[in-house]
Amino acid sequence: MRLLLVVLLDGLAYAAWLFLVSAGLTFTYGVLRVLNLAHGNLYALGAYLGATLLLHYAASGSEVAATLGLLLLAAVIIGILAGPLIERVFLRRVYSRDEEVQLLLTFAISLILEDVTKLIWGVTPVVADMPYTSFGSVRLGGISYPWYPFLLVGVALGLAGFLWFVVTHTRLGKVLAAVIADREVSATLGIHVPRVYTFAFTAGAILAALGGALTAPMFSLVPGIGADVLVISFAVIAIGGLGSIGGAAVGSVVVGLARSAAVYFFPELDLFTIYLIMTLVLLFRPQGLFGEIEIRRI
Amino acid sequence: MGGSLRFIPFLLLGLALITAPFVLSGWVLFLLTVAGAKALAVLGVVLLLRAKLLTFGHALYYAAGAYAAGLGVKYLGLHNGFALIGLAFVAGLGVSALLGLLVIRYRGVYFALLNLAFSMVLYGILLKFYSVTGGTDGLAFPAPTFGLIGLSEASLRAQLYELTLFLGSLLFYLTYRFFASPAGYVLFAIRDNEVRVAYMGISVNAAVYLGYIIAGGLAGVAGVLVGLSVGHITPDLAFWSQSGEFVFVAILGGVGSVFAPVVGSILFEFVRNYAFELSPYTWQMTLGAALLLIIFFLPGGVWSLVGLARTRSGP
Repeated sequence: MRLLLVVLLDGLAYAAWLFLVSAGLTFTYGVLRVLNLAHGNLYALGAYLGATLLLHYAASGSEVAATLGLLLLAAVIIGILAGPLIERVFLRRVYSRDEEVQLLLTFAISLILEDVTKLIWGVTPVVADMPYTSFGSVRLGGISYPWYPFLLVGVALGLAGFLWFVVTHTRLGKVLAAVIADREVSATLGIHVPRVYTFAFTAGAILAALGGALTAPMFSLVPGIGADVLVISFAVIAIGGLGSIGGAAVGSVVVGLARSAAVYFFPELDLFTIYLIMTLVLLFRPQGLFGEIEIRRI
Repeated sequence: MGGSLRFIPFLLLGLALITAPFVLSGWVLFLLTVAGAKALAVLGVVLLLRAKLLTFGHALYYAAGAYAAGLGVKYLGLHNGFALIGLAFVAGLGVSALLGLLVIRYRGVYFALLNLAFSMVLYGILLKFYSVTGGTDGLAFPAPTFGLIGLSEASLRAQLYELTLFLGSLLFYLTYRFFASPAGYVLFAIRDNEVRVAYMGISVNAAVYLGYIIAGGLAGVAGVLVGLSVGHITPDLAFWSQSGEFVFVAILGGVGSVFAPVVGSILFEFVRNYAFELSPYTWQMTLGAALLLIIFFLPGGVWSLVGLARTRSGP
């Protein structure tokens, strides 16, 4: 029983992490139809800046709100700096070109950001695990479990609710839906499409950096974390369906629980659970669980 | 000029390449061997790019070839170079034939990232199963035999160079013939309009599957040739940055000709050799910036400059 509880808690924590890192990728793809290969690098930048802010400004006993505030600040700084720059200066010039050119462009940006991260923070691991230890742990059904993962789950749920609210209940959500449905018609209706694109890309960048910043206290940061995150978040959104935030949420929960179960019951499968699920889903539902089939036109 | 004299420059180039080991120093020969071998993997990427398929996981087959040969040395006690190359070729074909069943159903973003995901899985396997693959330590290649006896280190290097030259030329010629064959033209047609190709009664997936397997086999051979030259293989062969390098060289050279990957590959290996020593932390940044420049200003790659020069100087 206790083991099952641990599996469940670990799985939910991992699912929350997966959702935080993949929401931005699927959101950007949903609006712009461009898969941002620099997503993992924005995650890494957010993580490094978040860790730096924590190391400089947060004393070891600081409050939850202060810590979260600092991490959120790091994410917003990275997103506001990198998002509009990448979209306005580079991405905008290739919307009319082939999909593989757009992929190459974001790949080039990812290579550049990879070295920018190394130049700023060096190659030695950065550790900022104070929140993880100082928040203490909670006793639940006879086991002691750290607080921080619960916080992560809370933030993920909050983010999911916020995104759902924005998309379904605000004017902005309607504008996004219009642009996704038809770029040209929404332009004739008076929507400034380029501005929507810049906004959507920046929002995706902030989400990526937020995913990084929030998980900075859990892992030590080393060069190359960006690539892993990109591949894992792609697997999650491929399971859910590219462009679907709900799909990303469901994919995160499925993969999170499956991986946590694998870690405890079939440890040798740990690494492969996520790709195994992805392959199975794609074999039977090529467009993902919540994806829409694209009609090919001549 | 009469067509009968066209072959003379090629003949001179061929002679120069064959006699190179008598003139060039060891490390230049080594770089040329590695560049030539990697050009085979890049050729596979170019082949897929001709059908508008971009892969960020081609190092998967590169590493599969190298490790198939490495495991052949470790468990089967193989030392014959030709047997190792055959093993790597079969491994490249086999793995791509298996994964191709799933991957060829996808285009665009999915195709690129599924390949990336599978290559990262192989990377994980190579790292994790230490007892079989040697983990981060990798596997060592003892000096292979090619049916000749009494090899010193220098003559082994020259032999590997000649082997890469001949085998590479053969594979490049075969790929060139493939490009000029109906099946090769189908790939080009898919690039322009996939649905119309299907309407003509041609199976798009069968053509893509064939191209995918050929690309896998080419990368497998590339992997073992590089492994033999370096004498040692590590999981880094399967890492995403290796796949990215293949894509970069393919774009650098351009997809217009089978010669482009060779030119791109040699250019790349020599520039890296110097640039990496100057500043190791800005190497990827340099690659990224160069890629941006190519995307915006030279969409046809370096090889398109040759075509440009031809049309300007020609009548």
